[in-house]
Amino acid sequence: MKKKLQSGNLKEMSMLIALIIIIVLFAILTKGTLLRPMNIANLINQNAYVVILACGMLLCILTGGNIDLSVGSTVALVGACAGTFIITWKWNPYLSIVLCLLVGIALGVWQGFWIAYVGIPPFICTLSGMLVFRGITLLILKGLTLAPFPTAYTQLSTGFIPDIRAEGITLFGTKLNLLCILVGVVIAVAYVVLQLKNNATRKKKGYETEPLVSMLIKMVIICAAILAVFWKLAQHKGIPTVLIILGILLLVYNFITQKTVMGRHLYAIGGNKKAAELSGVKTKKMMFLAYTNMSFIAAIAGLVFAARLNSSSPVAGQSFEMDAIASCFIGGASAYGGTGTIGGALIGALIMGTLNNGMSIMGISSNTQQVVKGLVLLIAVAIDVLGKSNFNLSGIKAMFSGKAKTAEKKST
Amino acid sequence: MRLGNILLEMRNITKLFPGVKALDEVNIQVEEGEIHALCGENGAGKSTLMKVLSGIHPFGTYEGDIIYQGTECRFKTIKDSERKGIVIIHQELALVPYLSIAENMFLGNEQIKHKGVIDWDKTNSECAKYLRMVGLHENPRTLIKDIGVGKQQLVEIAKALAKNVKLLILDEPTSSLNEQDAKNLLDMLIRFKGEGITSILISHKLNEISYCSDKITIIRDGKTIETLVKGKDEISEPRIIRGMVGREMKNRFPAREHNIGDVSLEIRDWTVFHPLFTERKVVDNVSITLRKGEVVGISGLIGAGRTELCMSVFGHAYGHNISGRLLLDGKEIHLNDIPSAIEHGIMYVTEDRKGDGLIISDSIKHNISLSRPAFIAKNGVIDQDLEAIKGKAFSAELGVKTPTIEQLVGNLSGGNQQKVLLAKALFAEPDILMLDEPTRGVDVGAKYEIYEIINKMVENGKSVLMISSELPELLGMADRIYVMNEGHLVAELPNDGTATQEKIMGYILRDSNREISDTQNQTEGVTQE
Repeated sequence: MKKKLQSGNLKEMSMLIALIIIIVLFAILTKGTLLRPMNIANLINQNAYVVILACGMLLCILTGGNIDLSVGSTVALVGACAGTFIITWKWNPYLSIVLCLLVGIALGVWQGFWIAYVGIPPFICTLSGMLVFRGITLLILKGLTLAPFPTAYTQLSTGFIPDIRAEGITLFGTKLNLLCILVGVVIAVAYVVLQLKNNATRKKKGYETEPLVSMLIKMVIICAAILAVFWKLAQHKGIPTVLIILGILLLVYNFITQKTVMGRHLYAIGGNKKAAELSGVKTKKMMFLAYTNMSFIAAIAGLVFAARLNSSSPVAGQSFEMDAIASCFIGGASAYGGTGTIGGALIGALIMGTLNNGMSIMGISSNTQQVVKGLVLLIAVAIDVLGKSNFNLSGIKAMFSGKAKTAEKKST
Repeated sequence: MRLGNILLEMRNITKLFPGVKALDEVNIQVEEGEIHALCGENGAGKSTLMKVLSGIHPFGTYEGDIIYQGTECRFKTIKDSERKGIVIIHQELALVPYLSIAENMFLGNEQIKHKGVIDWDKTNSECAKYLRMVGLHENPRTLIKDIGVGKQQLVEIAKALAKNVKLLILDEPTSSLNEQDAKNLLDMLIRFKGEGITSILISHKLNEISYCSDKITIIRDGKTIETLVKGKDEISEPRIIRGMVGREMKNRFPAREHNIGDVSLEIRDWTVFHPLFTERKVVDNVSITLRKGEVVGISGLIGAGRTELCMSVFGHAYGHNISGRLLLDGKEIHLNDIPSAIEHGIMYVTEDRKGDGLIISDSIKHNISLSRPAFIAKNGVIDQDLEAIKGKAFSAELGVKTPTIEQLVGNLSGGNQQKVLLAKALFAEPDILMLDEPTRGVDVGAKYEIYEIINKMVENGKSVLMISSELPELLGMADRIYVMNEGHLVAELPNDGTATQEKIMGYILRDSNREISDTQNQTEGVTQE
């Protein structure tokens, strides 16, 4: 147990601590603006697409550090489809959403086929997808932007769940969204009950259980975090619709990766493809599923993003793939595959999002922001690489000693 | 020519790998201007010894002294040994296919004008000079991929000459050559003797060894057994074989009740082609039967097609254009992918546990359950508690020494990793288990435990097909032994006391010699074009 904590969760833990430090730092630097209720809601809305994409990207990365470069273009293409269906052809928004998701799956099947069954390296196949899908987007939109969407559709991303009581509730002198508070409490209670129940059944069956103290500490921290977020949201307009989508996706993909045979197979392929194959894992099928799923996820992100923009833009989603990839790697996924979790990817996305948002509030130019984000990615992965070699810096040492040797040779 | 001078002496070389003693106080003396052959079974330690000499296993990772040209040498890298004129040519050629002959020849040793700019005229003219020395008439600009293996071997030798070689080490240089090319190569080595180049030749082909070598050192189980000198000792194949296999057999194998039942698996007329070189047959019309409660061994050299046979049976995990029939308990089955093989109760355990077998970065329990997650899952959802229970049970059953099954497999010793690999195979509840070198790189104690596991399997009525390069292991464990050679089945021996190591080795080697002349006729037709 101890071993596992050390190797697997160390990076995730350190990244969680880094996230907390970043939040505290920017809360101070922005004189509290970062943690204002409205800004929290903004943060969620702004970064929803990164978290959504990271869920899919993680599955690809698990299979061996493979990435999908086409997701930005898929986001744009699905947005274009949504615009065409809903704005130009005036179709029912809900039907259109389903159709757009099908379009996403079709794009995924296309890429998954080439990658899994033909054996095109994912990097190249999705680079092609990046160009092709962007081109199709431009063709569909003829280079123009479609706007605006009807409210029924934009609610998907920018809306809030209406309160059950119009006047809300007043607690400690602040007016709050009642539903939001209730949901927060329900989630926290549900979490505690589930944990306790789980623990009880494990004890009954005679399995190892976590020590009570550490379990309690963990519970208190997580409940506090949940309640704090919902408390803040309740002071604004309540629960953003997109938070529901995020919550469902995170739960589903966490379940898939941690509890299902499919998830286990994805990790196995990334850990040792040959061994997985000889153990009866259908590696091709898994690769196909991972990439089909990625485009499906990108379609969801595309719908959410188009709703947020309130338009279908041919330049939507540019460099989204990089945000998603960076989130996974910052969150502890290995660039060689086989390790990484949805929780980690979420932390990575939140780090990126907080950096973005915090620096924007401070008025730092987006040029500087890019520099900072790039360095954060590098440092996060460097910690991982150095951590694996037990911080002995052997690689760096070897590099220098190698240089010294060649220099020696030349002088003789 | 100062014949009789000792060029190289390796004294009391001991090399440990985690859990195994690969070399145990090995001594070898090579005189200047001789061809010194190194003989031994697969895994006897020949290649390891040469890796120590060439600095691939650097100074400090082994014990003992290397004295070369009268001075003690401490090679840290290949470059160190090459600077002294020691060049090793591996069995797997180390040439870059998409570079030219000249570029390959001077790779890492480039002909430079000034400040890192390559002098192409010099490169190509120097290359042509060395190619003439080895009798290869090819344009230096030809790409390596466009010339045959025989010529590539000559390029390797020319490359060694370009490094001003004094001691040339060749690891199985003729294994992929036809008879004529092989003879040319050996004649060249004899010619080199006159030019002051000493050679160490590792080979399984005893006729070649007796043809060209002046001395033969025999290594067995990491120990030097003897050195035979031409003209002084008898040099004949039976004599060399006796040295190679003549070890004592003590109580190294647990006893088992022999209770052999009906035929469980029948492999009929099995033929497999190479996945890349699609016209090359790697398994040629092999038929094997396997009974319940029986351990059947397959003997042969590396490359005899043993692994390829088992893997192709295991749901076509290897090979191309596979033909033949499989009968499981008398009924014909078709296994087109690995999951269906596992579902039919057939399991293959790889010889390369780190490369193809285990997920080093994952826990023992996840590794074990990977072979058949259906046993611990409902509707695709894993019952992690059940997984832990089963994982613990299997790990305890096989005697994996670990504090917890959460331990990462990469942190285990070789023997324990091998047990996890076996546990993974047994987790799938196979009736037929194909074990490929199940005790490779495992220490004696763990070997015994693995033999006990195998015995337990067959006592429960399962069948085990075991590939092993260690003859004593086959004789100690198997009920019957098949011998394979270059894709063919060449012998089937009941292990009733009449089978001996000498007999099996005789089959392996005699047939490998015959095979050369057989295939030569075929390949000549192809290469003449």
